[in-house]
Amino acid sequence: MVLDYVGVQEINGSLIVLDGVKNASNEEMVDIRLENGTMRHGRIVQIEGEKIVVQVFEGTKSISLDNTRTRLKCRPMEMALSPEIMGRVFSGSGRPIDGFGEVYPVKKANINGTPMNPVSRIYPRNYINTGISTIDTLMTLIRGQKLPIFSGSGMKHNELAVQIVRQARISDSEDNKFGIVFAAMGVKNDVADYFRRSFDESGVLSRVVMFLNLANDPIIERTLTPRCALTAAEYLAFECDMHVLVIMTDMTSYAEALREFSSSKGEIPGRKGFPGYLYSDLASLYERAGMIKGSKGSVTQIPILTMPNDDITHPVPDLTGYITEGQIVLDRSLEGAGFYPPVSVLPSLSRLMKDGIGEGYTRSDHQALANQLFAAYARVQDARSLASVIGEEELAPVDKKYIAFGKLFEQYFVNQGFTENRTIEESLDLGWKLLSTLPRTELDRVDDVLLDKFYIENADEIVFESFSGAEKTGDEEDGEE
Amino acid sequence: MTEKDVIFGINGPVVTVKNTRTFSMMEMVYVGEARLVGEVIGISSRLTTIQVYEETTGLKPGDPVYGTGAPMNVLLGPGIIDNIFDGIERSLKAIEEMSGSFIARGSSVSALDETRYWNVHMKVKVGDRLSEGMIYAVCPETAIIEHRFLVPPGLSGTVVSVEQNGKYKLHDTIVTLRDDKGEEHALTLCQKWPIRQARPIQKRLKGDIPLITGQRVIDTLFPISKGGTAAIPGGFGTGKTMTQHQLAKWCDADIIVYVGCGERGNEMSQVLDEFSELIDPKSGRPMTDRTVLIANTSNMPVAAREASIYTGLTLAEYYRDMGYHVAIMADSTSRWAEALREISGRLEEMPAEEGFPAYLPSRLSEFYERAGRADTLSGAEGSVTIIGAVSPQGSDFSEPVTQNTKRFTRCFWALDKSLAYARHYPAINWMDSYSEYFTDLDPWYREHLGSEFLLFRSRITALLHEESALMEIVKLIGSDVLPDEQKLVIETAKAIRVGFLQQNAFHPDDTFVPMEKQKLMMKAILHLHNKAKRVIARAIPISRIMELGLFEKLAKMKYDIPNSQPELFDRLIEEMDTALASLTVQED
Repeated sequence: MVLDYVGVQEINGSLIVLDGVKNASNEEMVDIRLENGTMRHGRIVQIEGEKIVVQVFEGTKSISLDNTRTRLKCRPMEMALSPEIMGRVFSGSGRPIDGFGEVYPVKKANINGTPMNPVSRIYPRNYINTGISTIDTLMTLIRGQKLPIFSGSGMKHNELAVQIVRQARISDSEDNKFGIVFAAMGVKNDVADYFRRSFDESGVLSRVVMFLNLANDPIIERTLTPRCALTAAEYLAFECDMHVLVIMTDMTSYAEALREFSSSKGEIPGRKGFPGYLYSDLASLYERAGMIKGSKGSVTQIPILTMPNDDITHPVPDLTGYITEGQIVLDRSLEGAGFYPPVSVLPSLSRLMKDGIGEGYTRSDHQALANQLFAAYARVQDARSLASVIGEEELAPVDKKYIAFGKLFEQYFVNQGFTENRTIEESLDLGWKLLSTLPRTELDRVDDVLLDKFYIENADEIVFESFSGAEKTGDEEDGEE
Repeated sequence: MTEKDVIFGINGPVVTVKNTRTFSMMEMVYVGEARLVGEVIGISSRLTTIQVYEETTGLKPGDPVYGTGAPMNVLLGPGIIDNIFDGIERSLKAIEEMSGSFIARGSSVSALDETRYWNVHMKVKVGDRLSEGMIYAVCPETAIIEHRFLVPPGLSGTVVSVEQNGKYKLHDTIVTLRDDKGEEHALTLCQKWPIRQARPIQKRLKGDIPLITGQRVIDTLFPISKGGTAAIPGGFGTGKTMTQHQLAKWCDADIIVYVGCGERGNEMSQVLDEFSELIDPKSGRPMTDRTVLIANTSNMPVAAREASIYTGLTLAEYYRDMGYHVAIMADSTSRWAEALREISGRLEEMPAEEGFPAYLPSRLSEFYERAGRADTLSGAEGSVTIIGAVSPQGSDFSEPVTQNTKRFTRCFWALDKSLAYARHYPAINWMDSYSEYFTDLDPWYREHLGSEFLLFRSRITALLHEESALMEIVKLIGSDVLPDEQKLVIETAKAIRVGFLQQNAFHPDDTFVPMEKQKLMMKAILHLHNKAKRVIARAIPISRIMELGLFEKLAKMKYDIPNSQPELFDRLIEEMDTALASLTVQED
């Protein structure tokens, strides 16, 4: 016999409290029917004897103390999965919203997932060629990695994500075995639309699973969106053997939704009002990337987050950086200078890079070149800060060389067109050309064997050919000067 | 007849039981039909609070709670080394066999293989008098580690029976002991010990032997003693984990306990991969033969994360009691502190700084104070060295975990973001870091490396400090206006930074550098500095010296001179002398 519980005892934000409920289990789903016939969904988040606290996904608007009938569903939050979810659009809580009806489930899975056994993981080593010089050379993306883009409002992170999706050669031979899972959390309608159009234009729309929780959708649903998306991704990867790229945007909105929910539950806040368990919560999402033994598929994550006030020490980017395997940081001043993608090279990093590059993966000189580029560009910053005090004219000759190198580096290496797809060889060779504008003795991170091979003597004769797309911006730069 | 204890409330990983008097504080319990592991963390006459080490989804009020009558403990015996456990000592390999690639709830597996036979060699005979902590048998655990079976603390008596040498399983009785009251106790190959209680020792010893790590910046500038404590704080991307890996690989402890506490899963699989491939230069065996891994990744239950560092520590102490030098790497203690905060929040305790519970400092001090070099109960000498990574929020070292850790550790290896950005690894900042072990360790250094070593070290430190003061000026007016003598300091300091402090973990020679070479490298740098200073004093401009390319040679000597050929340093010094002499000759 199924029992309906009439009325609620207390309403607080998106939470309702019911009393006298028997046989409720933790995290169980409930259906709430309002008197006017509308249906809401919720989940039990706390139990105390016969008193239960339910989180209502669609919000508690127009719920009163006695206009509801609540029914326990006797199962935790599950998602219906089948290979047919490819090309479908779902709401933030995993219900189809594209009008093609329910998914006929091959399998139902708890959206919280279960932790991957560290013993069963395969250490990721295969690099993904994104065709973007800065990323491929300096912060190589590896299959099974989680590499977030740290951005700010108004910067070109969406374009960068789209470009990665379009250019990434995710799978080497079995070209058809890849998929994209896209989770939008609290993003603007236009942004979701932009992604959709871009997927369409690059002809991958039929391989995309979309989960949309837009800026005006309920926040509780937002806390479920990435979980639904990752459940779908895990299914596609580990049971359908696909290489799945998960794009989650915007993680900051997700964290803020969590904060809102936490404060309405009356929990003790941590830093900036975010709940103390934000780290564990984010980890339970990001850690769902990877590869496991016995399956050909992989889950690679590119979460996008906007840093409030461009502050990288804000809890969300900070905790994210502690969990993810590196980060791609975008920089507003580079963007302002007209460079695309505005990747700020120094704080960006890929932790898995060192084992996925070099002989047999990219090229044997890759690591040394990357180290030297980082070191040289770090030196550029020193020279610049010195120049800002004493003026460029007064700099020592070697510092002037660095300033010149910095300009070229940003203009030709960082700067790259939205449609420009550079091979890894092109990117690496360009890196060596740039380094050759510095005196050979300055290159202390590279051993002589490599220098003999790659260092171009007569630096003045090096011609930097602009690649298509880069040319235009470069010319504009010159024009302004 | 006691009434069955059942769940009353559930809030995340915290479960409460109403009106019961069955449980005691810190008792280990099983919760629900799935028998999820939990621990009692609060008791009042009305409510008993339990933290559950697994996902609580699906638990119901009315589900049973079973007590075990004992505090949270770990099983100690052969098979610990070369194993990988979760935070509450469940073998992850066994879980994999049972539930596949994802960890299912309530996976109850034994920590150690109960079916495996060990080749046991008895060390006692009937009539022997045994006291607590004494060795009654041994067996080879891995190719390089001999497992020594110890009489559990608190037990002593006379041996009444001993089995033959031979093959035995974990729970086989091999020795029977009669205590003074006439009670008989069976000694098997294993024993249990509560994780939150330090194992007893005979006497603490002074920490005057260094833990040699082969990392120049640590061994030379900020050494740690065997039995010491160190903190490695650093924001994300500064190389905490990398530094911990390097230490785990190369430090001269007998056994490494590596605790991945709330860190990345891929990192743990990397450790597994790398350590099984890597050959320990001392023993010629894979690193895994001396390593225990505890992996409670960030997505595994938070309460088990809180327990994981105690589990690791208890395993480390167990091997210390056998007479081994054990180093424990805890990566990262901040995640452990956050687990404390999370659970404290669920208990609705009054928060102190940044939401952390007020007992954070006392918990941290309890943890770090379990380190030390000691005479064990069996009379052997062993040590537990604790190296804890700290992940300060927002890279801000003034946050509570870093600050409190600083109070209870004696080495502070501060990782610096700007060094990491410039890919200067290990990114240990030489201005902010310190070691309090200097004076304790000086006699050892003097004895093994000569008093020049100490002299070199203080010169190197002085030069680095001088450079940092000069850089303040350079930042304002540029380096061109400095007198040549100060320019030389800057060049030498650069050679120290690039040639000495910076170390390449991926280079076969540079990843581990013996002390003798570290000393010679310092000698070479200081030699050039002194000679160049004399040349400058003769009014020869520094630019002439720079043209000789000698400083570049210093920067590359770590690669050019293999660890096995220290005699090449003499040649390098000769070369520098000749080159500099050519300058003065021209001048004359």
